[in-house]
Amino acid sequence: MPDYKWPEAPKRTWIGKRVSRLDGPDKVSGRAKYTYDIKRPGMLYGKILRSPYPHAKIVSIDTSAAEKMTGVMAVKVIQGAGKEIQWAGDEIAAVAAVDEPTAEDAIRAIKVEYEQMPHQVVDTDPKVAEAKPPVEETKGDPEKAFKEADVVSEGFYGSNVMTHCCLETHGSISEWDGDKLLVHISTQAVSGIAGQMANAIKTVPASNIHVKMDHVGGGFGSKFGPDRWGIETALISKMAGGKPVKIMLERNAEQAVAGSRPSAYAKVKLAAKRDGTLLAWQSEAWGSGGPGGGGQPPLPYVFVFPNHKKQHIAIANNVGPSRAWRAPNHPQAALITMGALDDLAAKLNMDPLDFFLKNIAMTGQRAENYREELLKGAELIQWKKNWHSRGDKAAGPVKRGLGLSLHTWGGRGHESNCDLTIQPDGSVEVKMGTQDLGVGTRTALAIVAADTLGLPLDAIRVRIGDNDYPASGGSGGSTTIGGVSSSTRRAAVDARDALFAKVAPVLNAKPEELEAVGGTIRVAGTPARSLTWKQACAKLGGMPLTVRGKQLANQSDLTNSGVGGIQMADVSVDTETGIVKINKIVAVQDCGLIINLKLSESQCYGALIMGISYALYEEKVVDRNTGLMLNPNMEFYRLAGSGDIGELVVHMMTGPGYDDRGVIGLGEPPVISPGAVISNAIANAIGVRVSTMPFTPDRVLKALEQKGGSNASV
Amino acid sequence: MPDNGEKARRGRGVSRRDFLKASSVTLSVPLVLEQTAAKPADAGARIYGPGKTPITLLVNNKKLNTQVEPRVTLLEALRHEFELTGAKRVCDRASCGACTVIMNGKTVYSCSVLAIEAQGKSITTVEGLATPNQLHAVQQAIVNNDGQQCGFCTPGFVVACKALLDKTPNPSLEQIHRGLSGNLCRCGTYVGLKAAVQEVAKGGRRNA
Amino acid sequence: MRAFEYASAATKQQAVSLLSGTMGDAEILAGGTDLLSLIKDDILAPKRLVNIKEIKELGGIRSAGGGLRIGALTTIEEVADSSLVRQAYPGLAQAAAEIAGPQIRHMATVGGNLCQRPRCWYFRNGFGLLGQDKNGKSLVLEGDNRYHAILGNSGPAYFVHPSSLAPALIALNAKIRIFGPAGERDLPLEQFYTVPKSASDRENVLQAQEVLTEVVVPAAKGVRGATYEVRQKDAFDWPLALASVALKMSAGKVQSARIVMGHVAPVPWRSQEAEQALVGKGVDEASAKAAGEAAVQGARDLGHNAYKIQLAKVAVKRAILKAAKGTPV
Repeated sequence: MPDYKWPEAPKRTWIGKRVSRLDGPDKVSGRAKYTYDIKRPGMLYGKILRSPYPHAKIVSIDTSAAEKMTGVMAVKVIQGAGKEIQWAGDEIAAVAAVDEPTAEDAIRAIKVEYEQMPHQVVDTDPKVAEAKPPVEETKGDPEKAFKEADVVSEGFYGSNVMTHCCLETHGSISEWDGDKLLVHISTQAVSGIAGQMANAIKTVPASNIHVKMDHVGGGFGSKFGPDRWGIETALISKMAGGKPVKIMLERNAEQAVAGSRPSAYAKVKLAAKRDGTLLAWQSEAWGSGGPGGGGQPPLPYVFVFPNHKKQHIAIANNVGPSRAWRAPNHPQAALITMGALDDLAAKLNMDPLDFFLKNIAMTGQRAENYREELLKGAELIQWKKNWHSRGDKAAGPVKRGLGLSLHTWGGRGHESNCDLTIQPDGSVEVKMGTQDLGVGTRTALAIVAADTLGLPLDAIRVRIGDNDYPASGGSGGSTTIGGVSSSTRRAAVDARDALFAKVAPVLNAKPEELEAVGGTIRVAGTPARSLTWKQACAKLGGMPLTVRGKQLANQSDLTNSGVGGIQMADVSVDTETGIVKINKIVAVQDCGLIINLKLSESQCYGALIMGISYALYEEKVVDRNTGLMLNPNMEFYRLAGSGDIGELVVHMMTGPGYDDRGVIGLGEPPVISPGAVISNAIANAIGVRVSTMPFTPDRVLKALEQKGGSNASV
Repeated sequence: MPDNGEKARRGRGVSRRDFLKASSVTLSVPLVLEQTAAKPADAGARIYGPGKTPITLLVNNKKLNTQVEPRVTLLEALRHEFELTGAKRVCDRASCGACTVIMNGKTVYSCSVLAIEAQGKSITTVEGLATPNQLHAVQQAIVNNDGQQCGFCTPGFVVACKALLDKTPNPSLEQIHRGLSGNLCRCGTYVGLKAAVQEVAKGGRRNA
Repeated sequence: MRAFEYASAATKQQAVSLLSGTMGDAEILAGGTDLLSLIKDDILAPKRLVNIKEIKELGGIRSAGGGLRIGALTTIEEVADSSLVRQAYPGLAQAAAEIAGPQIRHMATVGGNLCQRPRCWYFRNGFGLLGQDKNGKSLVLEGDNRYHAILGNSGPAYFVHPSSLAPALIALNAKIRIFGPAGERDLPLEQFYTVPKSASDRENVLQAQEVLTEVVVPAAKGVRGATYEVRQKDAFDWPLALASVALKMSAGKVQSARIVMGHVAPVPWRSQEAEQALVGKGVDEASAKAAGEAAVQGARDLGHNAYKIQLAKVAVKRAILKAAKGTPV
């Protein structure tokens, strides 16, 4: 029975080390090609006409002028007369032309008559338009708990809508060769696209759809499907005789319709004893996410209360639908819950660190992890030395404060298949129909294969990004690293063992006595009895050895689910301007056995930066009268820049208790808490809660004003 | 789709539709714009377009020739005509830095420069930085310090970092922030990027 | 972008002859950092772009009559880095140094900065300069006006003028020179800006075939100048409020002051109320604060932008304190 177990720490050569990403040189040199970069022979450029109205019926559509234009090869109606449009930016028609300027001109030549209908784009009022019936849940006896509590704390916490803002917009290139469709697409699910396209197009089987993608410029949860525009690209290519057609979304379309993170607002009441013991939670929450409503934040977050009463209303609005945004619903849940807990701690006049530690058992299974992580974080940010009770008393307009938050995530590895081939000349190839969003998938595959086979990293050729390769799951839910490392591990172990079987007789040993170390196959304990890797592989004879490693969805020997993680923030607030500055954020994160420590740290830095960005600058602003997104650009939809992040400290938890849990995903957990920690640090600094994120100067000043005019004097 | 053989009408009264159809390579007769000038229109200046016109760009020390309409940006010409796809189109509105190239020694947003006006200028793109055998010091340092994730913003940052270090070989953290302030990263790679700049400043070329 | 012709002028006369008498039929291409975006968004649809960057006489900074003559093609970076500007007009150098990011500063010009169009997101989404729906109703007043004007906002224009150089230059009493079909004319920059009353108006007095050719800044001997900008991000973020001040002090008291705010009104907003509040006083936290309060006396919240009133106050106060701390020229 093969032993796939991850090697113990002393035996690991690559696993857990800081390894530079293998595709780094391609990316820094500009050689890396993304879907947006690809030019296929004879390629046409496509553009899409989008609805200028948030709610309208199409009365008529006249594409004749566009069709007559020189250089226009195909025009296709996507939603024609009679169709009802539910959000501004929705697709109406597409054109394919010899170049982009011609395609743009053709779009402008299409005449559409709309019958405007009343629209609803407000998402901050729960009474406006319910997408589905309210969801309610009661546990224990919250009414009694509130009556008997020593302290009750109330607050309002909210997070506005934001977008994914992938730098590479959504899009694809489709071309037909007879009944075969070739698709280059910007996606986070290389193996899943063909099935979805086949279902939508209906006249081509999935097995005739070849999907390729070497690199992708961001996904963050928004690129799991071909989307309607991807389907239409394939269809308009067919109309143009099968010629390749490329349609990449423009930035304004990307911001408006290619996904967003639902808003979430909550009125929260907490009950506690004088000593800080939590008793009950009550929340009324609501949020939006397009016509179907958005997701529901898991409240209360991380802490399991003995008594709770909660309600959630999903608001329907005429805005492009929300999509999974990195750790769906958790950032909102953390903001609401950790904010409410922090307010309660302040009311109790307790240090939130002590308050959280006191109630840590309520976090369940990971309580001890959280304790360990909180103490580590406290050490790194010097919490005890720097913390003061709510409201910085320092002189001058700039106030400084600390905040903390906990989070959790699942992250068990997804289904994955890996083909590992050892050639008789010693070269090794790993093939997998997976994708690398920047998480370092390629490098992880090489690390696991090289570690298992006892080889240097550059001995492994990694091939991904093609659905001709063995299927592997989409990069979502932080399931990639667990899935791909497990399937690769199994493939590598089986390949290694098969090689051992061939080599053992030559070394006069039994296969189970052999080990693959330092580029050799040798008898364990007697290193003199060895062959070099090349010599060993030559024993394969004329045929390469290919082994498929499979990771099934429920296999848990190599991967696991459930991580913790804590963060602490140190911010300064200029109370005359409402401007928040990040001084320092500390992240202490666990994710089981780490495959690549360098890239894991990068993942956390990146998540902190994305968190600072959504905490301070990002929001989708939709005009209530026209239903249009007012900031579908990167000028007023603002991302944090390099000078906005302060000092970031990342500490990964490793060693006993962590490594032995197996590989768990990391993509999402560290992006959950930044909003919460910044919110709490601001409250600690200025003495009042700024309820709604992003914490822009207007909101900070308003909170100060309501507190009692500490900004009344300039 | 039948190819439309209709020719464009020129001269006074030309409609916008026909105007847009003009796609010949020869010099168009310029539109006669209404003027209150006392003097007649100056015949000295050459007017190009609106159809395609030949241009020559000097990119990474190579002369590149193509024909584009005046409305084509330098970014589009680099990417579509010459397949120099390092510079990326992300915001297309001079607000994110992914299209950064160096023009006559200064970093610019190529999305906001017309290809036709970039003629006669020395242009350096990310593709012009490495030698066949070695990455540029900035590139190597970004690899060493993992100043990248998805990589889409990376070429813009490479060019911006190189320009920053060319101007300020030993920048303070504040100068680094300032020098990189015109470039945005969604994945959040600033920590590695700043470390990369500092590594080059210290004179490092170590491999990792 | 819609198709257009392109021509490059070698002289300012040639530029004039290439431009059109109908506003909007042709546009001047200088740095292009905003013009191209406006065309991409179909806000402008010129038939011809006239590149003026080859016109040599429009470049350069040089001393002139005790002051400075800044060619309209001078880039923002050239202004910020110029030792002439930094020594004689620190407020102007500070204003230039804070604009956008390095790439923009390399490309954008003084002339383009002074003549730039508003950022108003109703304007930029195709609702015209005044941000109105097809019935003439103001979408700004009825909608999200968080970035709109707090001063000079009786309507129908509610956008803020986005130039960061204009307040600094107006504080320095700068004049501009305009060249057109009728030849040259000079006027104080303070008189260059107008508040549009209809969607077909523009935000300054430049006529269809005119080109802004240079800025002349008078000598500023004994002047303490400074610009203070309030913006949320560390860099590359539009200011929420800005104040540029030029103070003449004598025996520790303010003899004269010019205080101009930016990004708070449809035009750069000179506040004589703030100036009068300061004249005759020494500069300290109290007097600077009082000047800030005087500066926003007439300010009005449109519904979402009350915070800009506070920020304008702070910008004025801090600009005054910054100027007073500096050494006089």
